[in-house]
Amino acid sequence: MSDLTTRGGASAPDHGHGHGDVPADDLARPLYEGPGALPAADIPHRPRRSDFDPKAARRAERQVSALFLLSMLMVVLFVVAYVAIDPYADVYIPMFGVVGFQTFALGLTFGLGVFCIGAGAIQWAKKLMPDVEVVQERHSLASTSHEDVEAAEQYERGKEESGFAQYKIIRRTLIAALALFPIPLVVMLRDLWSPKNGSFGPSPVELLSTTAWVEDMPIVTDGTYVKIRPEDVPVGGLVSALPENIMEIQEAEHNLNARGKAAIILVRMEPDEIRAQQGDGWDYQGILAYSKICTHVGCPIALYEHRTHHLLCPCHQSTFDLADAGNVIFGPAARRMPQLRIGVNAEGYLVAKAPFAEPIGPSFWERG
Amino acid sequence: MSTTEKVGESVATYVDQRVGSNRFLGRSLKKVFPDHWSFMLGEIALYSFIIVLLTGVFLTLFYKPSMVEVVYDGSYVPLKGVMMSEAYASTLDISFDVRGGLLIRQMHHWAALLFIAAMSVHMFRVFFTGAFRKPREFNWVIGISLITLGLGAGFSGYSLPDDLLSGTGLQIARGIVQAIPIVGTWGAFLLFDGEFPGTEFISRLYGVHILLIPGLILALVTVHLMMVWTQKHTQFPGPGRTNDNVVGYPLMPIYMAKAGGFFFVVFGVTALIGGLVSINPIWIFGPYTPDQVGAGSQPDWYIGWLDGALRIFPNIETVLFGYTISWNIFIPSVIVPGIVFTVAALYPFLEAWVTGDKRDHNLLNRPRNAPTRTGIGVMAITFYFLLFIGGGNDIIAITFDLSINAIIWFLRIAVIVLPPIAFLVTRRICIGLQRRDREKMLHGYESGRILRLPHGEFIEVHEPLSLKERAVLESAIESYRAPLPAPEKVDANGVANKHYRRDMIRYKLSRWFYADDIVPPTRQEIEAGQAHVSHDAALEAPLHEYDEDETVMVPFHGGVLHTAGEPATNREQLEERGGNL
Ligand code: HEM
Ligand code: FES
Repeated sequence: MSDLTTRGGASAPDHGHGHGDVPADDLARPLYEGPGALPAADIPHRPRRSDFDPKAARRAERQVSALFLLSMLMVVLFVVAYVAIDPYADVYIPMFGVVGFQTFALGLTFGLGVFCIGAGAIQWAKKLMPDVEVVQERHSLASTSHEDVEAAEQYERGKEESGFAQYKIIRRTLIAALALFPIPLVVMLRDLWSPKNGSFGPSPVELLSTTAWVEDMPIVTDGTYVKIRPEDVPVGGLVSALPENIMEIQEAEHNLNARGKAAIILVRMEPDEIRAQQGDGWDYQGILAYSKICTHVGCPIALYEHRTHHLLCPCHQSTFDLADAGNVIFGPAARRMPQLRIGVNAEGYLVAKAPFAEPIGPSFWERG
Repeated sequence: MSTTEKVGESVATYVDQRVGSNRFLGRSLKKVFPDHWSFMLGEIALYSFIIVLLTGVFLTLFYKPSMVEVVYDGSYVPLKGVMMSEAYASTLDISFDVRGGLLIRQMHHWAALLFIAAMSVHMFRVFFTGAFRKPREFNWVIGISLITLGLGAGFSGYSLPDDLLSGTGLQIARGIVQAIPIVGTWGAFLLFDGEFPGTEFISRLYGVHILLIPGLILALVTVHLMMVWTQKHTQFPGPGRTNDNVVGYPLMPIYMAKAGGFFFVVFGVTALIGGLVSINPIWIFGPYTPDQVGAGSQPDWYIGWLDGALRIFPNIETVLFGYTISWNIFIPSVIVPGIVFTVAALYPFLEAWVTGDKRDHNLLNRPRNAPTRTGIGVMAITFYFLLFIGGGNDIIAITFDLSINAIIWFLRIAVIVLPPIAFLVTRRICIGLQRRDREKMLHGYESGRILRLPHGEFIEVHEPLSLKERAVLESAIESYRAPLPAPEKVDANGVANKHYRRDMIRYKLSRWFYADDIVPPTRQEIEAGQAHVSHDAALEAPLHEYDEDETVMVPFHGGVLHTAGEPATNREQLEERGGNL
């Protein structure tokens, strides 16, 4: 049996909701019989120009093959552009600005080459292939009641033959065994955080709670790594700084972990502008050191508004008041910025006077 | 038959004898697909995914997923001699030292954006037209999984270059993991092999990005499309389209040519954009280091709403028995998206339960014919959009010179207040449209021409609707559904209803769902109304069809009044009969 009727055909569709097995539904409206249910043959259709005018049809044919030809040309030009254009030359394209000349040429030729194939195919379908819509019946997806019974019977037979229902102990031990077998797969994930030289070293909590700052550790500038004298920190300015031994640690550990925890900022205010600190005299003549790592989710901060003494995180705009013990005054961060106690050493360079008193950076469960 | 065709035939026979493919071909080549522009959205998603796969394979040939520090020695002068990870250095190489490398990188990124955008719009098309209803609920769930995976694919992808921007994104991601109660700290250490940033994360992410997620997407897309194939595509109402047929074009040749051609069009456009429009210029951001950040850094657009949620959430943290719970991070970054995606995935089942609708639906709804659902959709979009704005609050503050605090407070309130308002307004609008549709079905459309009847009454001439319009409007009849009847405490046989409370909730929800829907007219009413319309038209017709030059009557069809030799206008006719027809 053919389930395909074109609009010339006469088979009237059967319009109702679903098929036999679906229960009648009296909350819905009765069967629909408006123009939506019109037999295919009665639907008006307007022929295209290319359907009756051979000249229009030939024009469409030429258009389609021209597109395919253009595509080939573009591929040739692509290869030329690949070989001939200087990869370091730039061009100015109006509206798009300066772009790499070769990237532009390759994109243009490749893009047009591919595009023309598509445009040709679509034009072909639109102008030259039949545009009369076709009607096909849908068929119920549900199995017939006979098939349902068959499935149930086969299941019963399998259950019977395996004795799944009657061997209780087998059944239970099997289920338990299946429940346990993924355990090794989970256990093995433990070494995602792998031991180094056979030892796991400090726990996460210890690691998150310590930084490279220790008593008398000289403070150096970030980038140039030179030691800082108090007079190098201008009033109103902000200096990004690190512990002096940061590069040594990095070379020994081959990672940037220590840097990510030890980064600090130094700011200087008039001593009478400081309203509160996290510890008495933790500043040095109005120079304050705070962690640079946001207590929200850990972005480094460097936006400092020296008139208000506000430190603004660029990630989610948490704002900390450095004149008031680094407390949060706005934004999603819940904790103040940890302060580092500083002073000067015998040579007059700024140094840490103690490690951070609390973990820096984002909160974590065990932080307390 | 040409030689190629002969070869083709013997190949087909050879294969058929081994896998039985001709049976499938015979049935499939004539399979009908309905046509509508919005059905291309899913196609765009599919094609952009294929483009992402193709360009991605090219990138794997040059990219090195390693965080080992090297000294850059490529041709991008400003960074010469700078220490950076191999990942970043190799991305610079792809951009500057591999010919066409930048084109492919940018195509990959643009196609990924297009992939997620197309999926999202496709999802809303499916939602607003009710295409997720029985029998297509599974495909909806697969679709939501695909979007979720798409977000993961995008995030893992733009973290790979290890530039300053992507590293900041990873730092935030780690902060979020760390905020998960109980398991967070350990989870973060396991994922990153210790502290942040460590040396392993990029290579781990690489496996996720090029194998795990694309593999899952590919598997799900396959099932998704097989399901579309067996269930046959839905169609919009139109002449000849019922719930039980498919009206459209056969797979071979038209659909193949159009859909196949469209793939090349999408591919070509992606290449053009990739060649012209720069995206993610990582050389400007510089290599990642955990103590620096670029101001105004923004994630890709599809992550923006999550970032926005994180930005506007109040800073609540509690310490309980010595343990820290960071609500300010955990709720917006884990709980909120968790709820959003779960509710989205369950929506078809929730709606079916509330409405009690068990029918198959192959004819799409017009959004106005499901006002509550449409309202919910607009509500979701409003919610999304407000969070998205939150994700760019710094940029908005700078552009419009507003205070960030004010924006955040506005959003904190708006995110709770505006979505319900959007819901109510949308539902009202839909119901208004329904009312207008009902008028049209009954009385045709208003021509704007006023006719004065002999006894002085003015009427506006209504004109009959076209077949297509009628089919579309009258689909309201198909869509309409009454709320569930109130449950009985005790049934006819005196047995108490054990599920009374549940049934009651459902009854109330169903009333809410269909609250103020306009009952569409019945067929009899429509026919009676249409007869009236012809009558209107007939009143006016002779006025129009009188050809002044020739003073000859043009034959008038469909009218009831005019016959040759009678007075030329209805007015005269009416006057003759004393204003009585
Ligand atoms: C990888 C991403 C996706 C691809 C490649 C894809 C592809 C497609 C294609 C080609 C179709 C048929 C044409 C169409 O209706 O547009 C389709 C149908 C469908 N899609 Fe998707 N889609 C994707 C994501 C989604 C998403 C995110 C959802 C919803 C959450 C979804 C739900 C559906 C449903 C329910 C259908 C059947 C609808 C109908 O027959 O009208 N899909 N999909
Ligand atoms: S990381 Fe600083 S506000 Fe979020």
